[in-house]
Amino acid sequence: MTEPEISPDLVAAHGLKPDEYERILEILGRAPSFTELGIFSAMWNEHCSYKSSKKWLRTLPTEGPQVICGPGENAGVVDIGDGPDGKKLAVVFKMESHNHPSYIEPYQGAATGVGGILRDVFTMGARPIAAMNALSFGEPAHPNTAHLVRGVVEGIGGYGNSFGVPTVGGEVRFHPAYNGNCLVNAFAAGLADADAIFYSAASGVGMPVVYLGAKTGRDGVGGATMASAEFDDTIEEKRPTVQVGDPFTEKRLLEACLELMASGAVISIQDMGAAGLTCSAVEMGDKGSLGIRLDLDRVPCREAGMTAYEMMLSESQERMLMVLKPEKEAEARAIFEKWDLDFAIVGETIAEDRFLILHGNETKADLPLSKLSSEAPEYDRPWDEPAATAELAEIPRVDAIDALRALIGSPSYAHKGWVWEQYDTQVMGDTVRTPGLGAGIVRVHGTDKALAFTADVTPRYVRANPVEGGKQAVAEAFRNLCAVGARPLAATDNLNFGNPEKPEIMGQFVGAIKGIGEACRALDMPIVSGNVSLYNETDGQPILPTPTIGAVGLIEHMDQIIAGHPREGDLALVVGESRGHLGQSALLAEVFHREDGDAPPVDLEAERRHGEFLRENRALLAGATDLSDGGLALAAFEMAEAAGMGVTLDPDDPAILFGEDQARYLVACDFDCAEALMVAAGQAGVPLATVGRFGGTTVRLGSAEAPLAELSALHRSAFARAIGDA
Amino acid sequence: MHAAVITFPGSNCDRDLAVAFEAAGARVTRVWHKDTALPAGVDIVGLPGGFSFGDYLRCGAIAARAPITRALAEFAAAGGPVLGICNGFQVLVETGMLPGALLRNAGLKYICKPVALQVATAESPFTSGWAQGATITLPIAHHDGNYTADPATLDRLEAEDRIAFTYADTPNGSARGIAGVLSENRRVLGMMPHPERAIAPHQGAADGAILFRTLLDTLTPA
Repeated sequence: MTEPEISPDLVAAHGLKPDEYERILEILGRAPSFTELGIFSAMWNEHCSYKSSKKWLRTLPTEGPQVICGPGENAGVVDIGDGPDGKKLAVVFKMESHNHPSYIEPYQGAATGVGGILRDVFTMGARPIAAMNALSFGEPAHPNTAHLVRGVVEGIGGYGNSFGVPTVGGEVRFHPAYNGNCLVNAFAAGLADADAIFYSAASGVGMPVVYLGAKTGRDGVGGATMASAEFDDTIEEKRPTVQVGDPFTEKRLLEACLELMASGAVISIQDMGAAGLTCSAVEMGDKGSLGIRLDLDRVPCREAGMTAYEMMLSESQERMLMVLKPEKEAEARAIFEKWDLDFAIVGETIAEDRFLILHGNETKADLPLSKLSSEAPEYDRPWDEPAATAELAEIPRVDAIDALRALIGSPSYAHKGWVWEQYDTQVMGDTVRTPGLGAGIVRVHGTDKALAFTADVTPRYVRANPVEGGKQAVAEAFRNLCAVGARPLAATDNLNFGNPEKPEIMGQFVGAIKGIGEACRALDMPIVSGNVSLYNETDGQPILPTPTIGAVGLIEHMDQIIAGHPREGDLALVVGESRGHLGQSALLAEVFHREDGDAPPVDLEAERRHGEFLRENRALLAGATDLSDGGLALAAFEMAEAAGMGVTLDPDDPAILFGEDQARYLVACDFDCAEALMVAAGQAGVPLATVGRFGGTTVRLGSAEAPLAELSALHRSAFARAIGDA
Repeated sequence: MHAAVITFPGSNCDRDLAVAFEAAGARVTRVWHKDTALPAGVDIVGLPGGFSFGDYLRCGAIAARAPITRALAEFAAAGGPVLGICNGFQVLVETGMLPGALLRNAGLKYICKPVALQVATAESPFTSGWAQGATITLPIAHHDGNYTADPATLDRLEAEDRIAFTYADTPNGSARGIAGVLSENRRVLGMMPHPERAIAPHQGAADGAILFRTLLDTLTPA
């Protein structure tokens, strides 16, 4: 088949800028072939090359005594101590976006987002044990929103439930800034033997390169390039760039890969995600300082007549590439045949620095392999210091119960059972705490240890003040882990922003990274993996800057878990200082439809001290939750409602009830424990105040009150109503 | 007691079911769907939840024609006890070992949550640990749990006291609130709720453990 001539239009259609194309000509000393152009576009798009973000990502803290492997591999690896048989255990985790595909085709976009992140985890030798999803949608009244919510939630469930991983946490928000770009950030964590982690670097010359899993089709060709561009009115034409998921194949691939790894046959392994065969082969060769020769005639294809270009750029799902110990070939092949999966030797490692692609007796590409990544463009994009936010204007008087009704009746703060009940939260039998209230918890199978998972960010804060907003995302994740009694271990960052070529967007990105880095250092939560999603804009309208922080904490013994539920008559106490910060609050946004004022300042030293205080005194606490957006009133309502009881809060001032000061927790305990907690707080220099009492059938906020049953009904029906499913 | 747990490709509660049998004190042998015989001396066979063969065609339809299923049918025909949970229940109706069919949930959504159930009969090796009419809580997690059969079959199931569990508040549209049914000889049970997810304190519910303990008591030769 003849390949098209390279023209400026063709180069532009591949998302390559003229100067980037010049660089290709320089590297090759000739014009690239069509297949080669495709390979460059796949390697050099924003999604794969991190060309706008690399400079800033390098500033993040990524190391610590607990870190076994930081960013750069498929997922981060963190030590969690010994397992039952004395083996060292590790948790392997990452969060990744599938925003662009999910907007174009919500079910498949979200489903393959889950599939991709699960593969990232089991590629490293870990069995996935927990998943989370952080979702951002446009305003509920927007004509696309309900369709996207239904499709995305169904897609996540359709894939994760079938694969068999419990979904234990996440968040769902709505804001008009996401009308043209929804965000789907999928997190997965797995459990591995710390001494049997698998990496992507190839080693040894003449080693067989093996293709595993599903067959290659034409789906997802150009997906990574699509995901590196803004949307406009041609979006419908991009549907074929979205991949189609098959969780059944992924489940078999998981089992086959873990069996294969246990057999000792694997030298290195890499999943085929964005830019499929191209990216995975280059990664393995580059990390091992080797070349790779691929014979595409041997690639298992789903469709006849596929070209080299299509095969190299296909993003068909559920595929892996592996460098195999040659003496283990028969054993490896038998494992894949047992699971009815394709197993094909498609090439070998070579000593020269070449990426050599053969198809139908022709050389389709012959590129210097190391230059595909080492010579990838890197930009120091201009950025603007974010403008100071407007002073907080006066806030009208409001009845506290009316304000609470507005909050719990809005889909962002409503009960999310409509979402969670579509996810299998308990498969594998180790789930200790299902989604809904703070962090999810999963037991480490066969031990008394448990892991806690949370995903957090408050995009309004990040837009108002990128540095404080970045800090706040990390601090909130830290608090959610401390609030269940876990010791925060490490984090993964999923950085969703608009077009980085705009200095104000780049300024948001730079500020958020600074804040995240500062907070991660102060709170000992290194970033061990992550993903950047830029160009989340439609017709020039950017999303709110949304750097989602996924974090993992360790609970040494399940006895140490702090439950979420208060008991009848328990006192309600607030750990941390309440000043009544209302800038960028949920109260302003949901009650007054205003987003003014500064983000709440984050005192990282206080965060650390208060988190430690909570963990040290966990034996005194019947329940605990962090205070975040919605403040004391929302947290107290949610905690009481989940326990099926009312609550009385003494403060009458809306700023104290709904203020969003940081470094705070709401805790529940009986009178005797409260006394002991007071003594401990005095000694530790931690502010602690009694603010009310749990129990009864009424919710009282200062002088206003309403029956729990009425508020509960509103809280539990608002989400379905907002998306027209009531 | 010696329990066999069958794994089909796409099963994802096979480990959970094995753990539940073991926690009750049983010895467990895992069996692959391509095997043609059950291990010798097996006292009970468990069919786990999940998405066997991806739920392609119909839930349980392909697994019902897997090589091991012929051996399973012979085992059951000879009076061997069989427990099918969730996808396992779907496989059992597809083989014809239990009557009826499991359709898509009435709300067309996957549902995962704890539900209240009534133990509709205590007359079986699975349920004799409860008093008839006892209310218990077990999690459900399925997309296709809407139990359906023609009225004559439903009447017959009722008349023969073969409805094992009913939902207190039917979440999925099941006819007569049926959550689990027994075979004619009362030794094959298919149920949509997951007893194996309610066996230990960390799971927040322990009613499922009673089913496994009851099996051990009733099936272990004295």
